[in-house]
Amino acid sequence: MSAIILLLLVSFGIAVVFLVGFFWSVRDGQFDDDYAPPRRILFEDKEEKVS
Amino acid sequence: MNSLKTNTILLCEHCGDTCQNQHITLRNMVFCCDGCKSVYQILNDYNLCEYYDLNNHPGLKQTNHIRKEKFAFLDNPEIANKLIQFTDGSRTHVTFYLPQIHCSSCLWLLEHIHRINPGITSSRVNFTNKEVFIIFDPLVISMRGVVELLTHIGYEPHLSMEDVSRHQLRHIDRTRWYKIGLAGFCFANIMMMSFPEYFSDGATLEPLIKRTLTIIIVILSLPVITYCASEFFINAWNGLKNKYLNIDAPIALAILITFGRSLYEIITATGTGYLDSMSGIVFFMLIGRWLQDKTYQTISFDRDFRSFFPIAVNVLKDNNIKTVPVDQIKINDIIIIHHQELIPVDAILSKGHAEVDYSFVTGESLPVNVNKGEIIYAGGKQTGSIIELLVVKEVSQSYLTNLWNKENTSKTISAQHSFIDVMGRYFTYIILTIGAIAGGYWLWKGETHLMWNALTTILIVACPCALLLSASFTRGNILRILSLNKFYLKNANVIESMSHIGTIVFDKTGTLTENHKTNVSYAGMFLSPTLKTRIASVLNHSNHPLSKVVLLYLDTPPTSHIESFKITEHQGIEAWVDEHHLKIGSQEFVGGLMPHNGKSNVAVSIDSQPIGVFHITNTYRQGVFDLFKSLKRKYTLSLISGDNNNEETRLREKMGNDCVLLFEQSPYDKLDYIRYLQDTKKEKVLMIGDGLNDAGALKESHIGIAVCDDENNFTPAADGIIHASKISLMDNILEYIKSGKKIILLSFAISIAYNIIGLFFAVQGTLSPIIAAILMPCSSISIILITFGLSQLFAKKYNLVNSE
Repeated sequence: MSAIILLLLVSFGIAVVFLVGFFWSVRDGQFDDDYAPPRRILFEDKEEKVS
Repeated sequence: MNSLKTNTILLCEHCGDTCQNQHITLRNMVFCCDGCKSVYQILNDYNLCEYYDLNNHPGLKQTNHIRKEKFAFLDNPEIANKLIQFTDGSRTHVTFYLPQIHCSSCLWLLEHIHRINPGITSSRVNFTNKEVFIIFDPLVISMRGVVELLTHIGYEPHLSMEDVSRHQLRHIDRTRWYKIGLAGFCFANIMMMSFPEYFSDGATLEPLIKRTLTIIIVILSLPVITYCASEFFINAWNGLKNKYLNIDAPIALAILITFGRSLYEIITATGTGYLDSMSGIVFFMLIGRWLQDKTYQTISFDRDFRSFFPIAVNVLKDNNIKTVPVDQIKINDIIIIHHQELIPVDAILSKGHAEVDYSFVTGESLPVNVNKGEIIYAGGKQTGSIIELLVVKEVSQSYLTNLWNKENTSKTISAQHSFIDVMGRYFTYIILTIGAIAGGYWLWKGETHLMWNALTTILIVACPCALLLSASFTRGNILRILSLNKFYLKNANVIESMSHIGTIVFDKTGTLTENHKTNVSYAGMFLSPTLKTRIASVLNHSNHPLSKVVLLYLDTPPTSHIESFKITEHQGIEAWVDEHHLKIGSQEFVGGLMPHNGKSNVAVSIDSQPIGVFHITNTYRQGVFDLFKSLKRKYTLSLISGDNNNEETRLREKMGNDCVLLFEQSPYDKLDYIRYLQDTKKEKVLMIGDGLNDAGALKESHIGIAVCDDENNFTPAADGIIHASKISLMDNILEYIKSGKKIILLSFAISIAYNIIGLFFAVQGTLSPIIAAILMPCSSISIILITFGLSQLFAKKYNLVNSE
């Protein structure tokens, strides 16, 4: 029985980590703009080759 | 390349427009105009041509030539400082609103502008808000320099009086994200902590473990009820304060009872409570609200006149030109207005020749000639060359501002009573009755414990949250589908108001007709090429807007030599060409018997011999006549236009004989007509219009919808904004919106089935937490699926989604 309790507490702990991560990302503004970030990462930076 | 011109359509490399006969070729590329070409050249110079690789023709047509001194006002530190968010002398932060942002190329280019000028340290785009945040070094590049740089690459920042007067940093509300995240977290964990209890029959669990779990559950439920669910309590309380029972009131009651009863059970150790169901409900309802309230950040529905006005104008003082913020213009100042600039105040023309485009204010499609000494009203746009004006009224006093500020209160009161609230109320009454009967029955039987049990569980299980869920998810999805069709609504309540519409009032210019596009037809004798040249040569000397329209239609170079040219004001022009006397102008001026209908005609005669008439008509948007055909069967249609009655016969034919057509209406007339329909005839009015001349009417009507050619353009305050190309879909949209109510009712009926199962247990006083925990997510999720599926299905039926 205590194994279940242990598992519950561990998974609860993991959930807390994710909740904190979620709050952090909201605070960071990651949910404000859902268009730019996924495209920005795809741009190839040719800057070095140019200069 | 040129030899192929006859069968290949040349597309401008920059903007993708088809190139007219006068295009510009540079290397292997074609450009439709100098503006596009110069943008390309700048990008090419700085190795920024990847812009063109990311998307085909990503640019926007550079139609307006930007005057060199246009942004001189930014050199005035008083004005520039208002735009700055932060500065420490070597780093200045500023955010510009760039309505042109539309694709990933824009994103790429705007984040690489530091290559053009090293003074720009960094730039970051917020695509959803169409904003760019720039950090620059004021010692290297000035504010004006940054704005001019953006303008040169085709992204002219929108700078208006509003930007300056309101606080710069827009507050982004993220509380809903926190609430959803927290509610989901608590819901899932409470559920998980309850599992051992559910599956172990309650007896096999060790008491210590059981107690620990219950304590954790109670702790987890606290943020749900105090923080996540707070908006339901606040809304319910606000409703009650106004003596109005809205849908949030029974929900708040149900949440409170569930929480109270659960606590009681836990403290007295008689059970585990329904805290998992409660937090689940809150979680799903918050998601529904989020979907429904997802607003379009880029589109502003509550613009006022200030967002249309420039920040500053040039004022002539003691022979010096000074830029002055618009709100500091004083009476008797002399202001200078350039080509394509908006006149921000009522003023008298003191120097120059004004051709004022009032289409924005009055709806007249052609510019008006104004002579020296005549008054020009705020909101007009100068289309001629540079003029000087003597200010007669300050901005806050002008005609336009008054029109805008005209108070109207009737709308805000009537819009409140939603059918969801009404249904929620009936639902509450029924539930309370069932509760009373069940409770009374058990009391009569002498089972007090079961009475309380039955009474509370009935309220728990039959919470009208299903109704709220079905409403918010249906509306959320309808809003989403409508926005895919470029129809943006201000909020979800508009959907419901729109389904009760009985009368539709249209504006003409800009709404039904295309802006700045006229259709010229000619009736009369055959026009030989020589005759065409002669007419064109005379017209070429006139500044009248109609002359320009006809000249464009003739498409003949004005090469003949003309003599004794004479203008008769408001009548027409005459001249001698190749020994012939040509008269061009109104029917009365030219004389002779000619077909006469309406005002926008240009008659021509040679040597007092009438030859023909050019009829200038509006070009109607595609599909509007079909739209009338389907709409006039279901609604009362009417039309109010600020323009003249040229088109009356045509419109009458298309819109039906019983509809009301009103012409030459001032903005106030329009407002009064809407009031008359609503107050005297008790009609529910949908007004579709554009421009400031409709602003009052749009605000006053039950539903006002603004039409725009480009979502980024500035539209008056309205309940919805529709893209001009989609106006022909109006009938389908209205039908679709009506079907929304059916969907809500149907999904509600299904949730009642779940409720009956729950009630079956509840009236017997035997609703166990495990049944509640199964029923609740089942009903919520099936409602979500049903509403989503049905709204998608109806959208397909009305051709509002692509059938892929």
